[in-house]
Amino acid sequence: MQITSPSFKDNARQAMADADLQRALGNVEKGFINKRAKAVAKLPEFEDLRDSARDIKNHTLAHLDLYLEHYEKKVTEAGGKVHWAADAEEARKIILDICKSVDAKRITKGKSMISEEIALNAALEASGHEVSETDLGEYIIQLRGEHPSHIIAPAIHVNKDQVEADFRRVHDKLPPERNLEAPESLLAEARGILREKFLSADVGITGANFLVAETGSSIIVTNEGNGDLTQILPRVHIVTASLEKIVPTLEDVSQILRVLARSATGQEFSVYTTLSTGPKRAEDPDGPEEYHVVLLDNGRSSMIGTEFQDMLRCIRCGACMNHCPVYHSIGGHAYGWVYPGPMGSVLTPSLIGVDKGGQLPNASTFCGRCESVCPMRIPLPKMMRHWREREFERHLSPATTRWGLSAWAYAAKRPKLYKMITRLGAMALNLASRNKGALRWWPLAGGWTKYRDLPAPQGKTFQQMWAEQKKAARS
Amino acid sequence: MTKRPRVSRTKTQEDTEAESGFKPGDSVALFVTCLVDLFRPSVGFAAAKLIEGRGGEVIVPQAQTCCGQPAFNSGDRDTARDIAKQVIAAFERYDHVVVPSGSCGGMISKHYSELLADDPQWAPRADALAAKTHELVSFLFDVTGMTECGETFEGSVTYHDSCSGLRELGVKRQPRRLLESAGVNIVEMKDSEVCCGFGGTFCVKYPDISNTMVGKKTANIAATGAGTLLAGDLGCLMNMAGKLRREGVDIEVRHVAEILAGMTDEPPIAGSHENHEGDL
Repeated sequence: MQITSPSFKDNARQAMADADLQRALGNVEKGFINKRAKAVAKLPEFEDLRDSARDIKNHTLAHLDLYLEHYEKKVTEAGGKVHWAADAEEARKIILDICKSVDAKRITKGKSMISEEIALNAALEASGHEVSETDLGEYIIQLRGEHPSHIIAPAIHVNKDQVEADFRRVHDKLPPERNLEAPESLLAEARGILREKFLSADVGITGANFLVAETGSSIIVTNEGNGDLTQILPRVHIVTASLEKIVPTLEDVSQILRVLARSATGQEFSVYTTLSTGPKRAEDPDGPEEYHVVLLDNGRSSMIGTEFQDMLRCIRCGACMNHCPVYHSIGGHAYGWVYPGPMGSVLTPSLIGVDKGGQLPNASTFCGRCESVCPMRIPLPKMMRHWREREFERHLSPATTRWGLSAWAYAAKRPKLYKMITRLGAMALNLASRNKGALRWWPLAGGWTKYRDLPAPQGKTFQQMWAEQKKAARS
Repeated sequence: MTKRPRVSRTKTQEDTEAESGFKPGDSVALFVTCLVDLFRPSVGFAAAKLIEGRGGEVIVPQAQTCCGQPAFNSGDRDTARDIAKQVIAAFERYDHVVVPSGSCGGMISKHYSELLADDPQWAPRADALAAKTHELVSFLFDVTGMTECGETFEGSVTYHDSCSGLRELGVKRQPRRLLESAGVNIVEMKDSEVCCGFGGTFCVKYPDISNTMVGKKTANIAATGAGTLLAGDLGCLMNMAGKLRREGVDIEVRHVAEILAGMTDEPPIAGSHENHEGDL
C-alpha cells in the first residue's frame, strides 16, 4: 500500500474540500459517541474494568516471549501451525505459499487490519487468486478500489447513495430496475452475492482480536457473521495477527471483552464472539482441515522497552478516532497509511518510521479526548509528544519551527529581556489595530489571520501595569 | 504603603499536602500566563481581585515569562525543563500558585513532575509546586470554598470547556456554579467539551484543520443565541473570538474571571473600543 503520510497536509486539505466525505463524517458522532456514552453509563464498574484491562495487557507485554511460546505450543497441540513473520514481506510469502500448497482459487476474507498492513489483497491477486472481502464495509471499499478509513468501520467515509451506485455498477447481472432505497435491500443484495463466495472458497483468511495463550485459540469479535462463515466453510483457515494480540487466559479475554464492544460500538457485547482452536477434529461436524496462524512482528517487538510500549496494549476498538476532532475534520485516508486517528498517529511512525509518519503525531491539539475514552488507558497525547521529541532530537522538524522556537526560548529564559520584548509587542500590535480591537493581518501570523482576526492587545502588558500600580500605591 | 506579603519557607511536599487548605492571609502567587500578560492584562487584574476577595495576598513574581508549553509540545524537552526550573524557583516559596488558564495550570501541576522525574534535586520541588498549583476558578471554588461571586451579570452566556482544564484538572461545574450565583443564564452549546482547534502551535502549523475545528465551534456558539461566550483559557478565547469576528457573529467574548470579578469595562476580546463604548 502506497504511503502518503508525508503529504498529510495536502491529504487533509483535499479531505476537507470533499463534500461527500464531510457528509459521511457526520455519521461518526451519531454512530459511535452517543452509543458509547450510554453503554458506559449503564456499567458502574466500567472505570475499574479499564484498569484491569490495562493491567492484563501490561503483564502480558512484560512476559510476551513466555506467552507467545506457550501459545505456539497449544496451537501445535491442537493440530494447527504458527508461522512467525518478521515483516510484511515474510507474512505475504507465508500466506501465498499456503494458498499455493492447496491450489487455492477462491479466497474469502474476514476483516483484518493486519491484512491491510501487509498489503495482502494485492499480493494474492497478483498471484492469480480471486479474493473476496466479506465484511460489508470491506466489501464496499473493495468494490471501490479503496482502503479502510477507520479500523472498525472501514467504509465510514462512504454514503448510502454512493454504495447504491457502486452496487448497480458492479452487480450488473441483477435487474437494473430493482429498488435499493432501503439500507436493508443493499444488505440483502451483498448477502446474496457473498453467500456463493462463502460456499465455494478454498481458503478463508481472518484477523484476530485476541490470541489466547492458555488454549491456543484465536478469537474474532464481529457483528455480521461473515467471519464465522469465512473461517469454518473453506478447507483452510489462515489467521493473520500481530504478536501483541496475545492474552494469557480466557478469563483475561472475558475481562477485556467487557470494555471492547462498549468502547467500540456502544454494544454490551458484539453479536458474535467466536473462538477457533486448531483444525476440524474427527468428531466435529464442520471446520477447516488446516489451521494456520501467521504471527506478524513488523517492528512491534522493537517498541518493547521504549516509551511507545504502552501502544501495544491497543485492542483496536476505534474509540480514539471516534472522539478525535481532527479525525472528524479530515477522515481516515488523510493519515496516509493503514491506521488513522490518534492510535494511528502513535503507531504509524513506529511501523513506517518517523521520517515518513512524523506529520501525524504533530497534527494534534493534545485535547486529550482520545485518552479519556481509551479502554486500555493508553496515554496517546503523551506518546505523540514523545514522537515530537524524537523528531526534535533528530532535527527533523522544519527549520522555521526550530528557529522560531529557539529565539522564543532565548527570551523566555531571560525575564528582563522578555519583558522588554513583550512591552514592545503589545504596544505595536495595539497601535496597528487602530482601536478596532483586532487585526486582519500581521507579519508571520498568516496561519492565524488567513482564517481569523487576531485580537489586539489592550496596550500595555500585565507585568507593566501591575508594576505601575504597585509603584503608585507606594508613593 | 501596602503591607509586605507573608512569605513562607520553602516547603516539602508533605508540608504542602498537610495544609492543602486555604486561609485568609495566605500568599497566592499569580502565574499570569504569557497570553494574558501580552494580550489581556484585565484578566490578570480580575484574577487578582477575585483572590484578594477571598483574603489571599496576591504576589506577582517578576521572573515569570511562560510555562514552557511551546517547547514541551514541540519536543524540545531541554528548554521545557529549563523553563520549568525557572518557574519552580520563582514560585515555590508561596502558599499557593494560581493560574487563569487550564492548560498552563495543567502544565505546571501535571507535566513539570514528568519532565523532572529523573532529576533527584528538582523532582521533589516539582511535585511540591504541583500540589499547590491551581487553575483560577478551581482555586476559588475547590480550595477557598467560594460559592457566591457577589457580582451580578445580566444576559445569557455560553461556556466552552477548554480541554486541559476539563480533562487534566476537572474544571467543569466550578465556573458554572459561580456564574449561576451571579444570576447568569447559561445556555449550553452543543459539544462544549470538544476542542476549539487552538492547540497552541497547532493552529499555525495546521491552519486548515484548525479552521475546520473552530468553524464547527463557532457554529455551535452562534446557535445558542447567547450574548456572551466565556471560557477559562485565553488561547481558546482568542481563537474563537478571532473566528467569530471574521464571520461577523455578534457576541461578546470574555474570560470567565472578568465576569466573576465584575470587571467588564474593557471591550470584549477582539471587540473594539468604538463598538464597546457605543453599547454603553
